[in-house]
Amino acid sequence: MQKTLATIALAASLGLVATTAQAAILDDVKAKGYLQCGVTGGVAGFSAPDSNNVWTGLEVDFCRAMAAAIFNDADAVRYTSLTSQERFTALSAGEIDVLSRTTTWTMSRDTQLGISFVGTMYYDGQGFMVRKADGIASALDLSGAAICIESGTTTELNAADYFAANGMEFNTVVFVDQDEVVKAYEDGRCDVYTTDSSALAAERSKFANPADHIILPEIISKEPLGPVVRAGDTTWFNIARWTYFALLEAEELGVSQANVDEMLGSDNPAVKRLLGVEGDFGTPLGLTKDWAYQIVKLVGNYAESFERNVGPSTPIGLERGLNALWKDGGIQYAAPIR
Amino acid sequence: MTTLDTGPAAAPRVSFFNDPVIRGIIYQVVVAGLLIAFIVWIVGNTAANLAAQNKTTGFDFLWKTAGFDISFSLFPWSRASFYWEAFLVGITNTLLVAFIGIVLATMLGFTIGIARLSSNFIVSRLATVYVETIRNIPLLLQLFFWYFAVLKAMPSVRESILLPFDSFINQRGIFVPRPMPDEQFGFVWIGVALAILAIIALRFWAKKRLEATGRRFPVFLSSVALLIVLPGLVWFASGASVAFEPPVLERFNFKGGIQLPPEFVALLFGLSIYTASFIAETVRAGIQAVNKGQTEAAQSLGLKEGDRLRLVIVPQAMRVIIPPLTSQYLNLTKNSSLGAAIGYPELVNVFAGTALNQTGRAIECIALTMLVYLIFSLLTSVIMNWYNARVSLVER
Amino acid sequence: MTDLAFVRSDLVDAKPPPHRTSGAWAWAQKNLFATPLDTLLTVLGILFLLWVVPPIYNFFIGHAVGPNGTVEECRMETAGACWAYISSEMEFFIYGFYDIPEHWRPNIVFALGALLFIPLLMPKVPFKRTNAVLFLFVYPIVSYYLLAGGVFGLKPMPTEKWGGLLVTLIISVVGITLSFPIGIVLALGRQSKMPVIKTLCIGFIELVRAVPLISVLFMASIMLPLFMPQGMTIDKLLRALVGVTLFTSAYMAEVVRGGLQAIPRGQYEAGASLGLGYWQRMYFIILPQALKHVIPGIVNSFIALFKDTSLVYIVGMKDLLEAVKTKNDTALEWQSANTATTGYLFAAMVFWVFCFGMSRYSIFMERRLNTGYKR
Repeated sequence: MQKTLATIALAASLGLVATTAQAAILDDVKAKGYLQCGVTGGVAGFSAPDSNNVWTGLEVDFCRAMAAAIFNDADAVRYTSLTSQERFTALSAGEIDVLSRTTTWTMSRDTQLGISFVGTMYYDGQGFMVRKADGIASALDLSGAAICIESGTTTELNAADYFAANGMEFNTVVFVDQDEVVKAYEDGRCDVYTTDSSALAAERSKFANPADHIILPEIISKEPLGPVVRAGDTTWFNIARWTYFALLEAEELGVSQANVDEMLGSDNPAVKRLLGVEGDFGTPLGLTKDWAYQIVKLVGNYAESFERNVGPSTPIGLERGLNALWKDGGIQYAAPIR
Repeated sequence: MTTLDTGPAAAPRVSFFNDPVIRGIIYQVVVAGLLIAFIVWIVGNTAANLAAQNKTTGFDFLWKTAGFDISFSLFPWSRASFYWEAFLVGITNTLLVAFIGIVLATMLGFTIGIARLSSNFIVSRLATVYVETIRNIPLLLQLFFWYFAVLKAMPSVRESILLPFDSFINQRGIFVPRPMPDEQFGFVWIGVALAILAIIALRFWAKKRLEATGRRFPVFLSSVALLIVLPGLVWFASGASVAFEPPVLERFNFKGGIQLPPEFVALLFGLSIYTASFIAETVRAGIQAVNKGQTEAAQSLGLKEGDRLRLVIVPQAMRVIIPPLTSQYLNLTKNSSLGAAIGYPELVNVFAGTALNQTGRAIECIALTMLVYLIFSLLTSVIMNWYNARVSLVER
Repeated sequence: MTDLAFVRSDLVDAKPPPHRTSGAWAWAQKNLFATPLDTLLTVLGILFLLWVVPPIYNFFIGHAVGPNGTVEECRMETAGACWAYISSEMEFFIYGFYDIPEHWRPNIVFALGALLFIPLLMPKVPFKRTNAVLFLFVYPIVSYYLLAGGVFGLKPMPTEKWGGLLVTLIISVVGITLSFPIGIVLALGRQSKMPVIKTLCIGFIELVRAVPLISVLFMASIMLPLFMPQGMTIDKLLRALVGVTLFTSAYMAEVVRGGLQAIPRGQYEAGASLGLGYWQRMYFIILPQALKHVIPGIVNSFIALFKDTSLVYIVGMKDLLEAVKTKNDTALEWQSANTATTGYLFAAMVFWVFCFGMSRYSIFMERRLNTGYKR
């Protein structure tokens, strides 16, 4: 036991133990000089290492956007990969400043774990993937089918609820790791693979013959995936929330990474407010006036990030669907910056 | 550095702090104090953290409905079962795979260990390659290999291989009919109990006779005969019958019968093969520890190689083999926790995994899980100490 | 009836020459076909080899796609192992997220480690003491600052970026060098006459040995943040290190205890009668003898630790196996039927090389230090 203490003391002197004051996260982050962002162990399109071994993905872009707003430097982020089990403890214990890890916004998580959900980066829903050859047309035909599921997620409970509600027989094989779930389904251990439909699409794209698998039309749950911060620090919460809104607002106003400098000269008052040409919305948050300009300049708007990471031109090939802006028929909607 | 004392009269001259007894007490007080302070610190932090996160603690969740599915269980399990039942299912699943794994690993390990000492070049080299390959690769990797190898090798459900007695084998596992004994069958169990009693009596008598007259009695064969004949007689006499519920192919899977899922098979394979390589080394070391003179003495008595091993070498080697063998058995039990990675619902997967996630009671779930392993370990060491004491009595 | 004398009157026929005891045929007769059972086993063994070796050869070499191959070749129906995938992702497997322009830093650490460690392993090389001091005290500090940066203008590299083989090696080397002394102290504590210390050591050893490493690491990842004061966090690498080290030191303690118990009482008494203090007695007399007895056990613990590093993914470290798994799952451009299998095989081979090396070295040391205890 004293060995542990001694080791901790030794490590502390080497700088491996960090103590941060709880009060103002923004001040801590500024003092550290980087943002500590909790991500997955690797989910293609959302957070995964690219071929240069750099973290990329839709959720990684959110962390980069926050860093851009705070430091004018999108690379001032350090990533911690977390398992589903440890993600909330890591956030509430202060190991990370923001959690952006395909986390479903639920009431109990929002109210009982000392954490706050910022918004919805991706509106998802749980779906089922089956083999075409099995001739299944609807999720209601799945009674008695073997289902591969990842543990520690809302997926497991949703599926259980759905099967109970429809009086179907429920038969699962539970794995701790997503990789094994997919591989087990692919090798025929299960008839059904269920998870968020975005992930279903991503995984299907990796199969040798994607056309042999179909995703059933039923979406059995609402899975709003969003970034999470520790509860109790309103400033920090606002920075996270308005970073998210700025990504959407930039898309809505047609401001993109390519044209952001031209847009500085725009006559549209909304664009002027967004880019800090008119009014100062950054300073009250503890940021600079051009915070949103930096986000768009360094990371891009929501549409660009979506296209780059999960959109139809990527191997994952997700359509915007629900995640289109409200004016394009989706439900992504940012409160106005004014 | 302390000065050297120069005689019995030196004791009074020792200064207060150089007295070994007092020093010992001081050390111990300091250590105990540090430990207590450390525990208090941790408990205080934990309490503060739990309060800050608004979390409740306690074991009341054990009596709540679990609401999740467990793919393999010896008990009837449904979503309406309680968390404590999930706990039991986890324990029995761990024990099941550990028990069968220990039996298989022992058989395989002894075979390989003896094969390594074989005079046959190919046999001993194959055994060496086996041991050196398996021992030096992490078990987790091997489990992945076995799981996906098993899945790949098996046919799909619709192309199941039909075995005798309505059994099937496919990607979803091995399916055998479930025996459904009727009420009269209880008498057959009584018959089995009687047979066991009779065997104990027979052995006792046979040993007495051997000591008195020197004549051997075929105890083993007659025991087997007793075990078959007595319950069989009772069966016919009572008119008991056993119905079999065969597995039936439904739309997706077989239903009914007893199912052994591929996760179980793969974990069993992985654990047995991995542990067998360690047991083989233990066995080899044990046999080599037996004095060569013993082999020569046995040879000069005209014993064949098999008898030599069975009657002379192995009984002596066992004394060297048993202690490390025990720790291998414990290792196998602990390693079964890696089954979580390939989806076998053992204790860590069910309880420290799914149950912990659903309840958020991290401390309680992990403490209970560790407690179970601690109890396994203590029980094993009690049994093994008893066995060791028994075996070492043979030494003269 | 009286004359029993016998005088041979002719030469005895010459006996046939003895069977050849050397040469291929004699060797085969002795080692392969000594008895009918042996012959059967030999035939079975050869059949087994014929059954097993060709497919393995074809998968690994025959039909494999070489390091310069393309993913299209890997996707062909007949393709074996896809080594092109390994060579393409090698940097991630070795360094993890470590910035590519900074790879020279881990490379220097690897090179320095080899430079200091290999002479330490060779009994004939002089300056053992200087070498050991350099390796045990100077090297870790230099390596830490070199890897983590932040001094002398080196770019800071947080431990989250470390990964792959680098992390596997760091955890195993640090774990081995720390668990050994801790294990010795625990073993001595277990034999101590002070009841508090003895109980503590026994309690610690038995508790740790009773539970699976996976649950210790679970504790480090889920419960440790609860144990710390609010806002205090412990680096993940450190958690993995502490977990693995404490776990191994309990096993080490038991191995060392075995050695201590093999030392005759007379040695302890002789030491005491020379007027040596407790630590002197242990250091000069008991431990050198005790440790020599248990070299195989010690090395087995090291090997177990090395293999156990594959479990640190539980605390979120990307060790070699986890790096391979991550790439298997996310390197979409390399998806093919054998990609994942090849990744796992690569990891298995790396682990095997290190573990096998350690076990061979232990046999070598055992022979060298064998000073006539063997029966």
